[in-house]
Amino acid sequence: MKLTQGKINELLSESACEHNHKKDGKGKNKSCTQQAQPGAAQGGCAFDGAMIALVPITDAAHLVHGPIACAGNSWGSRGSLSSGPTLYKMGFTTDLTENDVIFGGEKRLYKAILEVQQRYNPAAIFVYSTCVTALIGDDLDAVCQKATEKIGTPVIPVNSPGFIGSKNLGNRVGGEALLEYVVGTREPEYTTPYDINLIGEYNIAGELWGVLPLFEKLGIRVLAQITGDGRYRDIAAAHRAKLNVMICSKALINMARTMEEQYGIPYIEESFYGIEDMNRCLRNIAAKLGDTDLQQRVEQLITAETNQLDQALAPYRAKLKGKRVVLYTGGVKSWSIISAAKDLGIEVCATSTKKSTEEDKARIKELLGKDGIMLEKGNAQELLRVIAQTKADMLIAGGRNQYTALKARIPFLDINQERHHPYAGYIGMVEMARELEEALYSPVWSQVRKPAPWDNSSSVEC
Amino acid sequence: MLSVEFSTPHPLTPYPLTPYPHFLMATITTPRKSIAVNPLKQSQPLGAALAFLGLKGMMPLFHGSQGCTAFAKVMLVRHFREAIPLSTTAMTEVSTILGGEENVEQAILTLVEKSHPEIIGLCTTGLTETRGDDMIGILQTIRKRHPELHDLPIVFASTPDFRGALQDGFAVAVESLVKTLPQPGETRPNQITLLISSAFAPGDVQEIKEIVAAFDLSAVVVPDLSLSLDGHLDESAQTVTSGGTTLAELREIGSSVYTLALGESMRAAAAALQSQFGIPYEVFPNLSNLDTVDSFLEGLADLSGLPVPERYRRQRKQLQDAMLDTHFFFGRKQVALALEPDLLWSTVHFLQSMGADVQAAVTTTKSRLLEQLPIETVTIGDLEDFEQLAIGSDLLIGNSHMATISQRLQIPLYRLGFPIFDRLGNGQRCTVGYRGVMQLLFDLGNLFLEQEEAHVKH
Repeated sequence: MKLTQGKINELLSESACEHNHKKDGKGKNKSCTQQAQPGAAQGGCAFDGAMIALVPITDAAHLVHGPIACAGNSWGSRGSLSSGPTLYKMGFTTDLTENDVIFGGEKRLYKAILEVQQRYNPAAIFVYSTCVTALIGDDLDAVCQKATEKIGTPVIPVNSPGFIGSKNLGNRVGGEALLEYVVGTREPEYTTPYDINLIGEYNIAGELWGVLPLFEKLGIRVLAQITGDGRYRDIAAAHRAKLNVMICSKALINMARTMEEQYGIPYIEESFYGIEDMNRCLRNIAAKLGDTDLQQRVEQLITAETNQLDQALAPYRAKLKGKRVVLYTGGVKSWSIISAAKDLGIEVCATSTKKSTEEDKARIKELLGKDGIMLEKGNAQELLRVIAQTKADMLIAGGRNQYTALKARIPFLDINQERHHPYAGYIGMVEMARELEEALYSPVWSQVRKPAPWDNSSSVEC
Repeated sequence: MLSVEFSTPHPLTPYPLTPYPHFLMATITTPRKSIAVNPLKQSQPLGAALAFLGLKGMMPLFHGSQGCTAFAKVMLVRHFREAIPLSTTAMTEVSTILGGEENVEQAILTLVEKSHPEIIGLCTTGLTETRGDDMIGILQTIRKRHPELHDLPIVFASTPDFRGALQDGFAVAVESLVKTLPQPGETRPNQITLLISSAFAPGDVQEIKEIVAAFDLSAVVVPDLSLSLDGHLDESAQTVTSGGTTLAELREIGSSVYTLALGESMRAAAAALQSQFGIPYEVFPNLSNLDTVDSFLEGLADLSGLPVPERYRRQRKQLQDAMLDTHFFFGRKQVALALEPDLLWSTVHFLQSMGADVQAAVTTTKSRLLEQLPIETVTIGDLEDFEQLAIGSDLLIGNSHMATISQRLQIPLYRLGFPIFDRLGNGQRCTVGYRGVMQLLFDLGNLFLEQEEAHVKH
């Protein structure tokens, strides 16, 4: 995939993304084109995003063509879990030296691909370009093509130099690579009328495993997991699914839209967080697959699961009721977690809308009520200010803000990709309730807020 | 082959530590392959950032794409479990083509406005070094254009990702600090400068400072991670480092009477102080066994004219007793190491001083120490190389990435180095001084003991 400026613009102005709806598909996606601000920018680059989207393919090797920083400072740090192969967790990099920068890195890359194939025999090799290799003009596509011909294993170029943009854009670049080189290259052994793909679910902390049993009970087959705990062969046959279910993310919407155009697969956007959202997700899938029998089974399952869940959650609800939280997270999660919090009786007094679409924002408004604050930007000071202003009991956010909260002696729950607990599905609600209760009622808070007895000065700010 | 000439005599430098006549020199091997699999090393800018984080009121700034900063930040946050100030010039495709001057300028102005740093540590990355931004020129232009920045020191470190490793970047940053900030001043007879390499954790720095203070010496510690990354709860949160070496202290380094460089990689910085201010120096590559701690204390006694305090005489007896108790478990144990050169050096000597053998040594980057290691070979390589070499050993020592190797080989792992994200307390860990060595003996000894017990039960 040659990543020309035209292609980047196309990804940025993704027509199915509501960010762009007001602009008749002409303007670029606001949050995707927001230029990173020198001195203020936080967050990952396009390379990071591409890896987030593709590394969860567990039986592939992920080879980073660049200097040590890109792979050396990041490998093995992602929370996607696998039920089988562990190859995806290995860090492969050409680890460019000064010589390569001067004379070009193509030869080294070619040899590196052959070495990976020889020693690890992966289902496929994804090769990621980085800022330096893009700058010195290495022809990733040509090397990958030559290597594929030589070894017979698919070698997929992912043109993802960090400087082309944000993590979001990188996700889409990853999606483009799948569309161009993987999806549709193989036929499944068999198909059923109940085949779906999950798109944009990365199996962080094993979340998928709290949801897959539900599909199994209902007789819904997940043909390809794109990409959480995914297998290359499954994704290669993903074009035969009857429905694409996008989970909690606009990140790979280009895949859903393109697969609709190319293969006629409709798509829906759902969330696995919270009881209501999980119910809605199952109902919508059943409705789209168009089978009254399935719909009935879904209703039965929902009744059984929610009854069970109500019992399991009762003790937590009693303790969580009326607690106030500030939520700071990206995109769809900004509303889907509100919904989960409400299920537990927790009041969300502020949430981020930085990465949210217009539709997301409308939903948030409805869920928050009139006193809720919508945060457009959220650096550490701003978050602390809002927490103080709303008298919130807790911050729910990504790992990046963990120490913002803790250092201000405020309870914290990690909701992003570094988290260690699965919150998806019905089971996930119990996990989330338990974690919230633990955090809020920990005996440490009174101790860490206690001033030293010999300190007469006024008490600690909190 | 690396040159191993030590041109200047260093009377207190205790190497070769224990002469092992059959290994006078280590052979350095670099595996012939085009790929690194499970890299051991991290990038230079990350190391430079770590060094800069030991200064008070600091905001490190990477001149690169925003991902360079994000990756480094995440690693540091996970290792130290602390909020880490680290910022980016956020280079884009366009600014890379046109040159990064505007981005550097805008980043500095934004940081000054939003975070009020007392000092900025500017590092290059692979991207901007490949492009070849003239950083000195850029900084001069910015200074000319913004006289209001006059009082803000901006220390620059050239740290391309495609050269060296964390330890090198750390050393480059320290060298740059001592080349730019210290001013000449009247010599203060009891002030010394401590340059402390990346091999030392914040807890180590704290222990070293206590030892030095016990000799009534006042030390300027560069960088002082024990005041910034030790893990402590402040009254209020800040967006720059809340502690560390202060600017005032850095400027007064010219008044020091002596420099103690801890870790071989600090040699260049110490030499720079010598040539600038005529301050003599001594390199202590290691403070993690009895002999080396002895010479360190002897050196401090010489410098201060004071006897070794009673506290350390007692601790020395405790350490000797601990060595007796633990030596049963160390003798002839085969240990496999994957550490950066400075830390590798001290760990090899620690193990050999207890009768253990080094089965494998893998490291990240060149160092004049490597050839001097009293072992057969040392490999500059990755964890794929390490896994091959470690088969059949009794213990692995290295970072958290080795946990899966430990599982596969069924060999216990003692975590040391960077990053360690699956153990708590990295800000307080101490393996130097009599006390630190004693703790290390117990920690490793218990691992060996556990193994033996498990063996007996089977």
